[in-house]
Amino acid sequence: MANTTLQKLEKLDRRWVFLAMAIAVAAPLFFKLGLAPKTTPPVKAFYDYIEQLPPGSRVLCSFDYDPGSKAELNPMCVSVLRHIMLKGHKPVILTLWSTAPALIERNINEVCRDEFGKQYGVDYVYLGLKEGREAVMVAMGKSIRSTFPTDFYGTPLDNLPLMNGVENYSSFALLINVSAGYPGTKEYVQYVTSRFAIPMLSGSSAVSVPEYSAYFQSGQLRGLLTGITGAAEYEALIGKPGLAITAMDGQTMGHFVIIFFILFGNLIFFINRRSKGRA
Amino acid sequence: MEFFWISIAGLCTVAILSFLYSDNPLYKVAEHFFVGIAAGYVVCAEFYNVFLPNLWRPLTSGSDYWLIIPLILGIALFTRFSDELGWISRWPMSVIIGTYSGLAVIGFASGDMVLQVQASLIPVFEPATISTFSSEPSVLNFLQIFRNPLFTLGLICVLFYFFFSVEHKGGLRHIATTGTTLLMIGFGAGYGYTVMTRIALLFDRFYFLFVEWLKIAA
Repeated sequence: MANTTLQKLEKLDRRWVFLAMAIAVAAPLFFKLGLAPKTTPPVKAFYDYIEQLPPGSRVLCSFDYDPGSKAELNPMCVSVLRHIMLKGHKPVILTLWSTAPALIERNINEVCRDEFGKQYGVDYVYLGLKEGREAVMVAMGKSIRSTFPTDFYGTPLDNLPLMNGVENYSSFALLINVSAGYPGTKEYVQYVTSRFAIPMLSGSSAVSVPEYSAYFQSGQLRGLLTGITGAAEYEALIGKPGLAITAMDGQTMGHFVIIFFILFGNLIFFINRRSKGRA
Repeated sequence: MEFFWISIAGLCTVAILSFLYSDNPLYKVAEHFFVGIAAGYVVCAEFYNVFLPNLWRPLTSGSDYWLIIPLILGIALFTRFSDELGWISRWPMSVIIGTYSGLAVIGFASGDMVLQVQASLIPVFEPATISTFSSEPSVLNFLQIFRNPLFTLGLICVLFYFFFSVEHKGGLRHIATTGTTLLMIGFGAGYGYTVMTRIALLFDRFYFLFVEWLKIAA
């Protein structure tokens, strides 16, 4: 009888695993666990770098992601904008992903305009999308004005006070890239940071972390936010808890389910193998 | 009206997730919606964000006549659909491949390879880590003492694993095996991060369904 149950468990319908995972990940939306993330050195370095910039510094932000990576990177994008606004810096925002402009515009309006009441063109500028990937990155090193003759809304850059005197990367104190892949952090590191000597911070989806950690260790990146965990740590650091901190509860529960099923599956497998051996 | 569109998105999400139970017509409908809309969106986005501002407008306004060259090369790409004229498409392809190869080589060599090699050449032992541990004893500071030796050891072992001019046997086998083990740990960590990303995506969908659409969770 016991053996039959164990053999059935070994062939457990995978849909039960899906169900368990769904319940575990969704449950924190109804019952908050409130797990506080601990700050890791790459996130602290990211936070500290923005903190130490003189107020009013011009910061170039390249937000390169799409709806598929919105879950991890949108909270990051919102938090970065909030931190920049809190410190009184002035972001010039662009994207190299054709599916990003609407997502980013919504974040800019929510944070810069509605939450902080900043004035467009004076306190922040949205350049919008430019296709061309690495070619655009390199072209901005020569002239941002010829790469982006107008902003996202078609206004010539000369009519935007914040863009007065902006020529290339040397006009910015910092480059921040929130990236879901190509083109993104790797390309900015390869084509921009070493060539144009601009310090860079990066936020990326967790899947890219093993690759980008090497850039942080080598000093090519001054700070690194890693996936939803990094976003949650960053939200806690700037004192503005948001979606990432809530998502951490679901993330933790999901990890528990995965660990449980790995252990459970192996246990059942070895028990069955042992009983088969005896038989 | 906004609720209507959010409901459409919510129903599409449920239809896609229904595949986890089994393949079904609802999933197929949502899948075809997605493929069609995504393809249409990309074509429109590229047309309005690339073709018009980068090529057509500067060309027709007379501000940059040199753009006639990329226009001809772009049109030449479409000759691939012809059996007789297909060879012409190799010209623009060669320009694309040549340009991107040049960019990639410069970017990788100057921005990646040299700086990564430079960053790997660190002192095997850093005396400052001991003084840090003495002044602030903690587990983390204790582990910091082994950071550089472990890094150097790992680097040598992994590089040796890819060194095939010497047969990996005897004592050398252990170095290669250590390299393989470290690689496996690296791949495991990479896979763990991938799982994290997927769970974050799932949470985002549930957040959309239960908070933004149905409003039954806080």
